[in-house]
Amino acid sequence: MPLLRKERSALPGLNLSLGFTLFYLGLIVLVPLSAAFLKTSGMTWNDFISAVTSQRVLASYRITFLASFAAASVNCVFGLLTAWVLVRYTFPGRRLVDALVDLPFALPTAVAGIALTAIYAKNGWVGQFVDPDGAHRLLPHGIKIAFSEIGIFVALTFIGLPFVVRTVQPVLEELEPELEEASASLGANRWQTITRVILPQLFPALLTGFALSFARALGEYGSVVFISGNMPMKTEITPLLIITQLEQYQYAHATAIAVVMLIASFTLLLLINLLQKWSRRYHRV
Amino acid sequence: MKTSFFRGALFAGAFLGTSLLGGAAELLNVSYDVTREFYKDFNAAFLAHWKAQGGESLNIKQSHGGSSKQVRSVIDGLQADVVTMNQVLDIEQLLGPKLIAPDWQSRLPNQSVPYTSTILFIVRKGNPKGIKDWSDLVRSDVKTIIPNPKTSGNGRYSYLAAWGYALRQPGGDEAAAREFVRKLFSNVPVLDAGGRGATTSFARNSIGDVLLTFENEVSLTIREFESEGFELVVPTTSILAENPVVWVDKVVERKKTAAQAKAYLEFLYSPEAQEIAAKHNFRPSDPAVLARHADRFPNIPLFSVAEVFGSWAEAQKVHFADGGIFDQIYEKR
Repeated sequence: MPLLRKERSALPGLNLSLGFTLFYLGLIVLVPLSAAFLKTSGMTWNDFISAVTSQRVLASYRITFLASFAAASVNCVFGLLTAWVLVRYTFPGRRLVDALVDLPFALPTAVAGIALTAIYAKNGWVGQFVDPDGAHRLLPHGIKIAFSEIGIFVALTFIGLPFVVRTVQPVLEELEPELEEASASLGANRWQTITRVILPQLFPALLTGFALSFARALGEYGSVVFISGNMPMKTEITPLLIITQLEQYQYAHATAIAVVMLIASFTLLLLINLLQKWSRRYHRV
Repeated sequence: MKTSFFRGALFAGAFLGTSLLGGAAELLNVSYDVTREFYKDFNAAFLAHWKAQGGESLNIKQSHGGSSKQVRSVIDGLQADVVTMNQVLDIEQLLGPKLIAPDWQSRLPNQSVPYTSTILFIVRKGNPKGIKDWSDLVRSDVKTIIPNPKTSGNGRYSYLAAWGYALRQPGGDEAAAREFVRKLFSNVPVLDAGGRGATTSFARNSIGDVLLTFENEVSLTIREFESEGFELVVPTTSILAENPVVWVDKVVERKKTAAQAKAYLEFLYSPEAQEIAAKHNFRPSDPAVLARHADRFPNIPLFSVAEVFGSWAEAQKVHFADGGIFDQIYEKR
């Protein structure tokens, strides 16, 4: 198969726009990424391995990937719910809620981090009721949210929500309620309608939302550093370690960790894309 | 390749900028976060002095930000005529790309350090935990807020001060110092990335019993959170935080601003500038000015990094580099 298969298109200017697209992508995405690889290539293999597998770095991969995965998963459930409510129901203030969903996109992440920390710290609105040192503790031992792994999860959930809502919403809007009615009139109960009719249609969009939310969470720095407490080996995320290396003028070490993150994220996104392709093929109604 | 292109673009920009301004020389002072107000006052004083000396017209610009970020920009081509930092380590990064001369410290008085600071304690109203000195910070009931030594000068000086304190106690040796610092950091509940974050954790989120911070930021912090009634605690000894300054040889050569940059930095040592430094809570290097403000700068013995650790480079290598003592403290737990 030739590299670029040309099909006669009714629209003119394919070559020009294709060329422009490739050039633009190369300039905006590939050049900066390859710079990371170039900086790293100055290291010897042993240096590279020791930089990306030290105890602290390994601990940071664990917390970063786990918290991002958990946040993206939770966002899938509640993002779907939010999108469903926004599309299928009309209620006063729906437009407002719809606009609110985008706020995490627009808010500078550091502001989000500081706000979340203020709420969940021991003297915060929520923190005073749940924190182990909170003044009005409700649970016998309390749960530490700010400055713990849970805090990271909370911040990542916050910034990831719009990705799921905004990818699922348009697909839901296209989904006709008649399909559900047909399913019901053919004798399906509600659960069967959801799992056999609605979810298969939404699955690819949901996966995209998950992938976007997950990828965003992996690279998130601004909001997390305020709420995580940044304890080495415990709540230190990988982007923070990259910054730490830069602060110490260790460009190569910083880019080495970044390269590992890039490869891991790319592999995950590729897997999700393949899964999506597969699900499109087999779940088409 | 990329950097040289970047630099080229910057030169072009700078050149265009200066030529459009009708040739008025421009000085760019690249500094760290908290010196903004000080240099605002100082620049005005210097310009008046410069004019009185018959100097031609001069524009002074300031750039502030996290110290290592600022230095990285200078390395990447930001056309800084002078760089003013709070750690020798940051300025020494400019030696690598040969932006400054190896003998930079001996070119200005007092090892190129016109003003200094130190690390002091801020405690909660009434000092409920009775914190008096470094030794109180390792008590199991005391929680200390220190920013991450790997990412902030504040944290680095605090760590080195604690180490130096332990080392200088009767019977203090390296093992004792290591144990002291280990205990201290096991009492640190949050490791913020920078001094600002640490202040927020302590003041807004009510975390910890004591905040370690620079002397020049103490009064600002106490004033900013006046309703909290924070109090200053002066330990028996602390570290001398030297604020080194340098002119960037490569840049001033190209911009032909060597005379201005040199005069600018030399003026930092004048009694007038030293007074401005004292006003902004930096310890003046001029003993006469320091004596005039003795009430504002507690007279405690301060040890320098060079005295206790040999040099900044050495301290960095042993303590803060990857796998250094600071990493070991956390990885062994």
